[in-house]
Amino acid sequence: MKGFYFIVFGTLLMHNISAQDKYLTKEGFVSFFSHSIVEDIKADNNQVLSIVDTSTGKIAIQLLMRSFIFEKALMREHFNENYVESYKFPKATFSGEIKNFADLDETNTVAEIVGTLTVHGKQKEISSMVTVIIADNNITLTGDFMVEVADFDIKIPAIVANNIAKTIKVSFELHHEPYN
Amino acid sequence: MKYTLLFVIMLFVSLRGNSQDLESILEQESSDTTHLVFATFNGTRLLNGHSVETRKEGILEFMISHRFGRVNSGFDQLFGLDESNIRFGFEYAFADKLTIALGRSSFEKTFDTYAKYRLAQQKTGKNPFPLSITLFGSATAETIKDYLPENKPSFSERITYTGQVLLAHKMNPNLSLQVMPTFVHFNTVPFDNDPHDMFALGIGTRIKISKRVSLNGEYYYNINPFESVDVKNSLALGIDIETGGHIFQLVFTNAVSMIEKGFISETTGGFFNGDIHFGFNISRAFQIKKTK
Repeated sequence: MKGFYFIVFGTLLMHNISAQDKYLTKEGFVSFFSHSIVEDIKADNNQVLSIVDTSTGKIAIQLLMRSFIFEKALMREHFNENYVESYKFPKATFSGEIKNFADLDETNTVAEIVGTLTVHGKQKEISSMVTVIIADNNITLTGDFMVEVADFDIKIPAIVANNIAKTIKVSFELHHEPYN
Repeated sequence: MKYTLLFVIMLFVSLRGNSQDLESILEQESSDTTHLVFATFNGTRLLNGHSVETRKEGILEFMISHRFGRVNSGFDQLFGLDESNIRFGFEYAFADKLTIALGRSSFEKTFDTYAKYRLAQQKTGKNPFPLSITLFGSATAETIKDYLPENKPSFSERITYTGQVLLAHKMNPNLSLQVMPTFVHFNTVPFDNDPHDMFALGIGTRIKISKRVSLNGEYYYNINPFESVDVKNSLALGIDIETGGHIFQLVFTNAVSMIEKGFISETTGGFFNGDIHFGFNISRAFQIKKTK
């Protein structure tokens, strides 16, 4: 009988520990910025979902294209209707891994993040540096990277080609809290 | 043996909890959302009349609408191009849901003002709602001096009111439908037995043929038209071209007027007799106030 309790207790403990390996946010921040000679376009999204598994360093991020807010309201409509076609491809996702996650601590806060970015139904492998701040009860990831619009099959008509940059800067700031 | 089996089961349960992949957790966490359906129509006008769309807060839209004369007026009138009616208007969105506008038409020298309020928006997802609903109310004043000096009408006698409920449903990204129950009140009618209160039912559609180009159609059925005038139901067909900030609409219609009471209640041209006016609407939106 002692063995029975041991096993039950042991596996429950295991379950608990593994559950606390995951850190989630539903209010992550992602923005993108396009600079051109005609205008700068900036859009913010404050409803980004992101989850990190600290046992493996794996990370998954998901956002709705419709949740990007632009300075000019019409830009949002054009972005969704004409460029990213969010009625067909509502989400952008990233699935990847923070390399050497186990080695990160208070002094060593920079790691490489690699994975697959999916936007407009097209996938692209990306890698970038990320700053990881691990505090008592949360994990904060910040960083930025560049993406080529052409990699995601987003067509920009000639008439507005000068208004939109060919390379867009994406910035992110994600404050994860324990999941479950 | 019993314990081993139990251990394997518990381990499996425990591992399953652990191995639930990160993507599926995100799917689960994001499933309870509701999405607004927007861009049911390109612009605030279907063709002659209004669509359910309103502009976002802080946008000033300048609109120039133009209708030439009847295409069947012959070479002497250059197929209608010699004659032109124009309306220009300033339309400001005080809030995402509320637009107030002032306009002036050369036809009968009419001033118009309208308020448009977005009551509900179509939604998909967790709490879906099938319709976008917008309320429209306008008042117009004719200022043309086509009266005998001794019969000068008072200001109130030149006023006409229109109320509409615009109901729209976006079936898919390329097809939107709209229904427009309409009420028009004339303070002055042509003859005594003409109705002061008129009811009409409009239907309209947008069919997108590319990301920026759509075919639009609009028809108003007049339920109790004037009795003293041979009033026709207004029909408009057109092409909508959206070029980022500009919307350009080419219109073919049997109506001369570009305001509700005019094209709904006072259209006399027969579309299929060739009484077709070619025209266009050009809209330019300026962001006066930033959204943040």
